[in-house]
Amino acid sequence: MKQSLIGQPAHRKEGRDKVTGQARYVDDLTFPDMLHGVTVRSPIARGQLRGVQFGEGIPWHEFTIVTAKDVPGANCVALILEDQPYLVSDTINHPEEPILLLAHADKYLLEEARRAITFEIEPLPAIFSIEDSLNRKELIWGEDNTFKSFLIEKGDVNAAWAHADFIVEGEYETGAQEQLYIEPNGMIAIANREEGVTVWGSMQCPYYVHKALIKLFDLPPKKIRVVQAVTGGGFGGKEEYPSMIAGHAALLAWKAGKPVKLIYDRAEDMAATTKRHPSKTRIRTAVGKDGKLLATEIDFTIDGGAYATLSSVVLSRGTIHAAGPYNWPAVRVRSRAVATNHPPHGAFRGFGAPQSIFAMERHLNKVAQTVGLSPEELRRRNFLQPGETTSTGQVINEKIDLSSLLDRALKLSDYQTKKTRFAEFNASSSTERKGIGFATFMHGAGFTGSGEVYLSSVVGVEATETGKVRVLTSNTEIGQGSFTIFSQIAADALGIDFSQIEIAQPDTANVPNSGPTVASRTTMIVGKLVESAALGLRQTLVAGGLLGERYSADEFAEACRQHIAQHGALKSFSKYEPPPGVHWDDEKYQGEAYGTYAWAVYVAEVTVDLTTYETRVDDFVALQEVGKVINPVLAAGQIEGGVAQAIGYALYENVVWREGRMVNNQMTNYIMPTSADVPPIRVYFEELPYAYGPSGAKGIGELPMDGPAPAILNAIEDAIGQPGIQTFLGQIPLMPETLMKAMTAGGGND
Amino acid sequence: MRLAGGVLPKVCMCGTHILSLHPQRKEEQRVKISLSINGTQHEADIEPRFLLVHLIRDVIGLTGTHIGCETSICGACTVLLDGKPVKSCAVLAVQANGGQVTTIEGLAKDGQLHPMQEAFWECHGLQCGYCTPGMIMAACGLLKETPNPSEEEIRHGLEGNICRCTGYQHIVDAVKYAADKMVA
Amino acid sequence: MRAYLPEYELKTPANLAEALRLFSDEPGVWRPFAGGTDLMVLLEAGKLTHTRFVSLWGLPELTGIESHDDQIIIGALTTYSQMQAHAALRAEFPLLCEAASWTGAVAIQNRGTLGGNIANASPAADSLPALLVYDAELELISANGSRVVPYNGFHTGYKTSVLRPDEVIKTIRLPRTTAGWRQHSRKVGTRKAQAISKVCLATIAHSENGVVQAIRLAFGSVAPTPLRATATEAVLKGQPINAVTIAAGRAALLNELKPIDDVRSTAEYRAQVAANLLVEFLEMLA
Repeated sequence: MKQSLIGQPAHRKEGRDKVTGQARYVDDLTFPDMLHGVTVRSPIARGQLRGVQFGEGIPWHEFTIVTAKDVPGANCVALILEDQPYLVSDTINHPEEPILLLAHADKYLLEEARRAITFEIEPLPAIFSIEDSLNRKELIWGEDNTFKSFLIEKGDVNAAWAHADFIVEGEYETGAQEQLYIEPNGMIAIANREEGVTVWGSMQCPYYVHKALIKLFDLPPKKIRVVQAVTGGGFGGKEEYPSMIAGHAALLAWKAGKPVKLIYDRAEDMAATTKRHPSKTRIRTAVGKDGKLLATEIDFTIDGGAYATLSSVVLSRGTIHAAGPYNWPAVRVRSRAVATNHPPHGAFRGFGAPQSIFAMERHLNKVAQTVGLSPEELRRRNFLQPGETTSTGQVINEKIDLSSLLDRALKLSDYQTKKTRFAEFNASSSTERKGIGFATFMHGAGFTGSGEVYLSSVVGVEATETGKVRVLTSNTEIGQGSFTIFSQIAADALGIDFSQIEIAQPDTANVPNSGPTVASRTTMIVGKLVESAALGLRQTLVAGGLLGERYSADEFAEACRQHIAQHGALKSFSKYEPPPGVHWDDEKYQGEAYGTYAWAVYVAEVTVDLTTYETRVDDFVALQEVGKVINPVLAAGQIEGGVAQAIGYALYENVVWREGRMVNNQMTNYIMPTSADVPPIRVYFEELPYAYGPSGAKGIGELPMDGPAPAILNAIEDAIGQPGIQTFLGQIPLMPETLMKAMTAGGGND
Repeated sequence: MRLAGGVLPKVCMCGTHILSLHPQRKEEQRVKISLSINGTQHEADIEPRFLLVHLIRDVIGLTGTHIGCETSICGACTVLLDGKPVKSCAVLAVQANGGQVTTIEGLAKDGQLHPMQEAFWECHGLQCGYCTPGMIMAACGLLKETPNPSEEEIRHGLEGNICRCTGYQHIVDAVKYAADKMVA
Repeated sequence: MRAYLPEYELKTPANLAEALRLFSDEPGVWRPFAGGTDLMVLLEAGKLTHTRFVSLWGLPELTGIESHDDQIIIGALTTYSQMQAHAALRAEFPLLCEAASWTGAVAIQNRGTLGGNIANASPAADSLPALLVYDAELELISANGSRVVPYNGFHTGYKTSVLRPDEVIKTIRLPRTTAGWRQHSRKVGTRKAQAISKVCLATIAHSENGVVQAIRLAFGSVAPTPLRATATEAVLKGQPINAVTIAAGRAALLNELKPIDDVRSTAEYRAQVAANLLVEFLEMLA
């Protein structure tokens, strides 16, 4: 029997194409007679569209021009609620909202034409803050500016306050963040009545685009085909917005009768597409003098922007993760996603959890300080243990031991020694302060609650006569390594070589709907389906008497050949079945919110420069329990990338808004970390196999986004150690300008 | 024009001449240039505003050089011009006249990967792959100047190339690996 | 799609004389274009209204670094990479080489030129404060001849200068008069690399027995032009370094700076940090 591929650092399946420049991203594709498209957008945040002026000096007759009137089906992006139009017909709800589309063969002339269009707009008052939305300063969406609200209740929170030795309150705020995949968004479409609509592009979720185009064109599903091109990063930013771009490209192609390529440049991509939801959290916590957490009340609000998009599900994940991995006898979480006139915020790695976890992990340090315990001791006394329940009442069935995980992380980071050394250093240095801090957290893998049941994902595998096996899923390779992981899982299940596995490029004409590539679900949920489909294929050969229990590659190929000769094809499909004992109440928000969780302790070491108020992250330890690790190098890469992105979230990536528009929408002024800004990131895994993941794997993609920001701010607090500084350390990104205020004001108001 | 299932259409590399791209442009505004790309001499008759990256991608048809930001920050468009890394979105094609350009497609010889390409694949110095060609070209430029760089020198040497996927760690590993191989 | 360049003309003269003729025949019509690292960003963002350029890149008359007994003469088209590689510049004018290493990243340093940086006149340009403290001179050339002007005073306001429309910068001259002076510079950017300065400092000083004999201070990003802080220099000159004089220097500097708020930072931060940078240097001198 060959050695198992699980746990091996298999080479990236599509690596050769990517290191030789042969991988074809959407902008690398060209069709005969192709036009280029461009989107003309609203210059203001809110108003009534009264007219369009086409400026002089442009040969307008050569252009394909599309407005809302040209939409063949429904003018809305089908997702959860159908409130967002493809093109404005009368009311503008955010800056950069698409109003009109242009196509022409000459890219330069197209850009000149875009600049020659002006809109007559009657402005309406707009709102840009969570407060203004909650106070209904203007009513801009529905009856109360609220896309969605949730209430989670466990135990008797009201009764706890009277018995508490301490009541600790805090307010926390997180900013928007741009996904900043390095490949900007883009699509190419061919569309006409006879053949239907085909799009190629950069995306995470081909079947989301498929669903949206069916509605937009009012065509049967078979007339819509969506093909993923090699995609240069997503991070959630290519979850829902590609449906918009695909629709625009297809509308232009439909009218022009020619292929149309629509590629965003960086400025447009940053200004117009989704970002991470800004948030505000208020936490009130009752705690005993022994450091036992008694109850907490969390009020969590996110800014959804102008349309509903995915805000309800982002809010859901943020709400469920808000209480952290702690055993709260009583919890109440109230949350809401509200409307503002910002461009809609959307999916971004972590999906609401980084926001609420930031608040809780900062807050618990404040609680520890109030009680007079170290941050680690407070957590040790309150960690969730097997058999205890989360805020939604989910019983922890895994043998997770968070105290040991914490101990190991503190040891790996040399935490106690550094605490002492930094205290000495800080007493003697007049130019720098050093600190170390950590965060403990968990992240649920897969869709929330009954999400996976509704998705009902299907995966197929198909053998060829030469014994190659092709995996059919709609899950995309966006850099995270899904093609490599699927290949390892399939090869292992079939007992054949890694090189014998092929992964079909996601194309709705050829692959079943295995759900979107989001929510840390690809390895755990879809990988499991790959495993069972592959086992099914093998079983078919064994049951047919074509294959024994042990076999060589040649014997496997021969068995495939014989089966195909007899039956015409050899395919096996597998459909999602929920693990037993999983119940979720969507009304009460009670039950098994996720099949399983990954658990983590992250430790950050920082230096704060007293001359410039800049913070440098000097060392970073990321320890996590993630079930069985399928590919240790790919997994480490996921963690390292997530940590770097979260360092940006914590310290650098400040979206500057003016009248609802992002004004630093370039890589020159939206500051993400370079190689010189990121420290070496040390990644460690613990493995508690999860019974319902492939070979025991859990999901890990989003996890590393959750912990770094609170760990870094906890480290900064440790470094500065100035009374009253907490107020200033309740927000991210923590820019040097804020830290200067904190340090020169000599503290805040608490 | 419905395409056969499952296969991406054969990519049509837009011709050899810019004329087909901009038929209405005036003849007198064009400039004749001649430069070598991956060892092959090319003549082109182009508008002065044409960027080197557009020449490489749209005229020559080498699409491994990517455009990520148009503001000379991300480095996805990095190529070697006369042996030194430059950001081809910030160089006018006209200013590369007479020069020697090496792109990612020019590294592998006879199907044999360049040690830097091999190192990036071996050490997982890439994820989505979009920054990878520029990153590899910048890393090649770095090793020319500093054949055996320290981790800090690698981080400094690659600070002009932005990667959003990897957190840079495996990229640093890859450059060290390549340096060892190339020195050996 | 917003990044496509507007239509424009670009001439590529074979030599400097031909370029200068273009500038003098139609003054103000043609704008010089060197490595393009500053201009390309503006062009691609559609923020450059000018449409007629003359490429100077590669003109031999504007390249090369010459060492003379009394000065080092740097051709205007010398790139940041070339400056960093020059032994005498590194030894005697380290602040300039350090600033060159801060500019963009390696691929930008291979294209960006010192002359281009001066002509572009950004108050945030990294290398300009160093030129101010080294008392650099500029040789400006036109079809009608050349003249030498002190760099201090070259910029007359935000992105304006004494350079006439028919002139280009030919060389930058650094007098070799500051041997043995204490030299220090520091950039505070939005990140470690590829960052536009929020504030940067270049300073050289000569002190004896703790008394400042001479000090030159220059800052970037704190005023409409790179700023030589002469009033602060005057306050510090001849003074011993102690808590009182440091506080006086700090106060004088805060009075002299005229920073602004923008997307990168705040006026308050720029002023405070510039003052801190000064204090940091004075404490090193003490």
